[in-house]
Amino acid sequence: MRPALSTARAGGQFAATLLAATLLAAPAIAQEGQLPHPGWSFSGPFGTFDRAAAQRGFQIYKEVCSNCHSLKEAYYRNLEGIGLSEEQVKAVAASVTVPTIGDDGQPAERPALPSDHFKSPFANDKAARAALNGALPPDLSVIVKAREGGPDYVYGVLTGYGEPPAGMKMGDGMNYNRVFPGHQIAMPQPLQADQVQYSDGTKPTLDQEAHDVVTFLTFIANPEMESRKQIGVKIILFLAMLTGITYVVKRRVWSDVH
Amino acid sequence: MAGLHKSDYKNPVVNWIDTRLPLFTMMNKEYAVFPTPKNFNYFWNFGALATVTLLLMIATGVFLAMNYTPDSNMAFDSVERIMRDVNYGWLLRYAHANGASMFFIVVYIHIFRGLYYGSYKTPRELLWMLGVVILLLMMATAFMGYVLPWGQMSFWGATVITNLFSAFPLVGNAIVTWLWGGFAVGDPTLHRFFSLHYLLPFVLIGVVFFHVVALHITGSNNPLGIDVKSPQDTLPFHPYYTIKDSVGLCVFFMVWAAFVFFAPNFFGDPDNYIPANPLQTPSEIVPEWYFLPYYAILRSVPNKLGGVCMMFGSILVLFVLPWLDTSPVRSARFRPIYRALFWVHVVACIALGFVGAHRPEGWWVVLGRVATTYYFLHFLVLLPIIGKLERPLPLPESISRPVIPPRGGGGPLPGGAPAKPMEKP
Amino acid sequence: MSATAPASHGPGHPHAADQGKRDFLKLVSGAAAAIGVGAIAWPLIDSMNPSADVLALSSVEVDLTPVPAGQGITVAWRGKPVFVRHRTEKEIKEAQDVKLSELIEPQPDSERVKAGHDQWIVVIGICTHLGCIPLGNKPTDPRGDWGGWFCPCHGSQYDTSGRVRHGPAPLNLYLPQYAFESDSKIKIG
Repeated sequence: MRPALSTARAGGQFAATLLAATLLAAPAIAQEGQLPHPGWSFSGPFGTFDRAAAQRGFQIYKEVCSNCHSLKEAYYRNLEGIGLSEEQVKAVAASVTVPTIGDDGQPAERPALPSDHFKSPFANDKAARAALNGALPPDLSVIVKAREGGPDYVYGVLTGYGEPPAGMKMGDGMNYNRVFPGHQIAMPQPLQADQVQYSDGTKPTLDQEAHDVVTFLTFIANPEMESRKQIGVKIILFLAMLTGITYVVKRRVWSDVH
Repeated sequence: MAGLHKSDYKNPVVNWIDTRLPLFTMMNKEYAVFPTPKNFNYFWNFGALATVTLLLMIATGVFLAMNYTPDSNMAFDSVERIMRDVNYGWLLRYAHANGASMFFIVVYIHIFRGLYYGSYKTPRELLWMLGVVILLLMMATAFMGYVLPWGQMSFWGATVITNLFSAFPLVGNAIVTWLWGGFAVGDPTLHRFFSLHYLLPFVLIGVVFFHVVALHITGSNNPLGIDVKSPQDTLPFHPYYTIKDSVGLCVFFMVWAAFVFFAPNFFGDPDNYIPANPLQTPSEIVPEWYFLPYYAILRSVPNKLGGVCMMFGSILVLFVLPWLDTSPVRSARFRPIYRALFWVHVVACIALGFVGAHRPEGWWVVLGRVATTYYFLHFLVLLPIIGKLERPLPLPESISRPVIPPRGGGGPLPGGAPAKPMEKP
Repeated sequence: MSATAPASHGPGHPHAADQGKRDFLKLVSGAAAAIGVGAIAWPLIDSMNPSADVLALSSVEVDLTPVPAGQGITVAWRGKPVFVRHRTEKEIKEAQDVKLSELIEPQPDSERVKAGHDQWIVVIGICTHLGCIPLGNKPTDPRGDWGGWFCPCHGSQYDTSGRVRHGPAPLNLYLPQYAFESDSKIKIG
């Protein structure tokens, strides 16, 4: 019995050491700049999109981002999800012309419809690179889901520009950014204070602009989010109730087993 | 023997069918009155949970396939269309993607339950081996499914994993080209992966069927690991275990739903929301969490072929586990040394999972090698030896009298003998 | 291998007093489970209904200026052909003057065109017999004895108002939902 027990103890100690080593090594890997956590209307199980912020964010996308970044998975009709009316969406779409084939078979242009995808600023990736000094601006349709840190990361990049620390060698045409991996980003600082004029009187500070456009982009990446969470709450409550009932039935069924 | 089955069902329609095809009699025998050990704990829920998960994965998958396009130019966009335009498309996709993780959680718990309680030992060796086949099929299915959204991780995961086969001498490169249908992962690869991803789950159903048939031949193991001795030891499967499984199922669905509705991308990698780019590898290629331990074993071996062999070996060793473990006692409850080693093994597997998630640098390399060594040591060396050396605790007389007979005799129970090797039913 | 009722199994029967409560609980949990199964099944079923992008394309606008009198065009709407025919004065008169008693499905021409736009007849170009697409929209097509459309499958004939005049089709050509946005533009759907 004795050797068995001591072996067991040794095994337990070995297991504990192994576990401790695993856990200790974990934080060593967490690196890169700390992300800001500005707090979002859409976080948490009951979070919803702040419609006004998302609409201001759309304005930023339209006036600033859309010069280089596409939003090709989204449709103009999706804008109804941030509170635009059908007429407003039609007007937004109609202000853009998209390529089509005319009745004569030749390439032509027509005003966009709500059913159209957002028009991309460049015809293709090569055209984008040619126009932008070799850099390819990523599509923003799911950018919030495509980056570690999500909204916090995008917000962090937009507000993370500054002077490089002394001694840091910057690449040609590169800009310093606290949050961007490697701290060198090809995109020049896109947002400045007072970059846009808000019609609702909100003061367009840099933080405000970044906050608004990230709210908009989070909506574009997760247009289903609000209904997803609403359904989710109902499903969880239903399952909790069902678990309770089933457990009571189980106790009753098993009550005669000894 | 030819001849009509004599059915006792009163309902004439049921009786008519049952006489010709005794489905009702069979279901009644295998799922209603089937004698099941009365002492299962909730770890015995997980087989049923895995079956339900498989069926739900097939259901959601079939409907996803109605809207998915397996073309390298359209796959990513078609998934986004499912998420944005198809009615409840986001629900189907998130349920399916998180379902893969749920499936592995459930199956891993099911496997470790089998390891702890010795469910692989005679006479259940074949049952266990069929289980290992199920695991392998699941892994192949999950891997190919992960490729379908055609994001960066899909593409580079597919590239790295298929390249494993290039480690084999002489034929390696030919195999890889054959797998790809080209000279890199591309359109033909995506098409064939989609085809196989749709096919394999139905093969899985077939193997699961045999797994259940084998289970119903030998009967279930139980937490005591001793054989059923009398009807006193068992309960009919229905209603006792149908209701107990239902409780577990409800809790399981809650966990699944919590991820689907509130953290749908928790298990996912952000890089997979970037469309596949054959010219740029993501800074870190990490497989889905359920493959991390194998990935860690692969990287812990400095030699390419050696790593591949060890990785596959880590699963293949399970096939011979029933013959490596030499102890006649099944349940770890009565095996103090094995019980300790079992937990070391669990920790080693978890450690390998962490190692697989990180770059092979510094401590991680050391940890990975220690854990890999232990993994194989556990199965290949320790289990055969301790089976011989370990002195098991005395086994209870029967399931219905789970009392350990007092030492030195004199108790009311006859035969308080310690561990009879592998008692016959 | 005889089948016996499951209730007769297991150690110890439940007490009769307990039975009622237990049955009720079983009923409740069974009903709740049925709701659960429905909740799982509905998203699967609904995913096969027209999706948001399909619904968004469910209306089309048609410019009428390039269609000369006496000719028609075919536009695709929700995956079906829609015939838009510019009728001549003579054709309009024929359509209006026909006696309703002569028709298979009596319907005046005024109910089949938009008021003030008598020269435009807009119909879904699918024969009400078995779903073929009638001929007659191109100048070179046969138009049948009533100058409208002629179905090559089983010889049904329609007049210039799209009403069936000769079997086997039982009904007039269906009218799509449409409205004039201006004198030269219609929106179908």
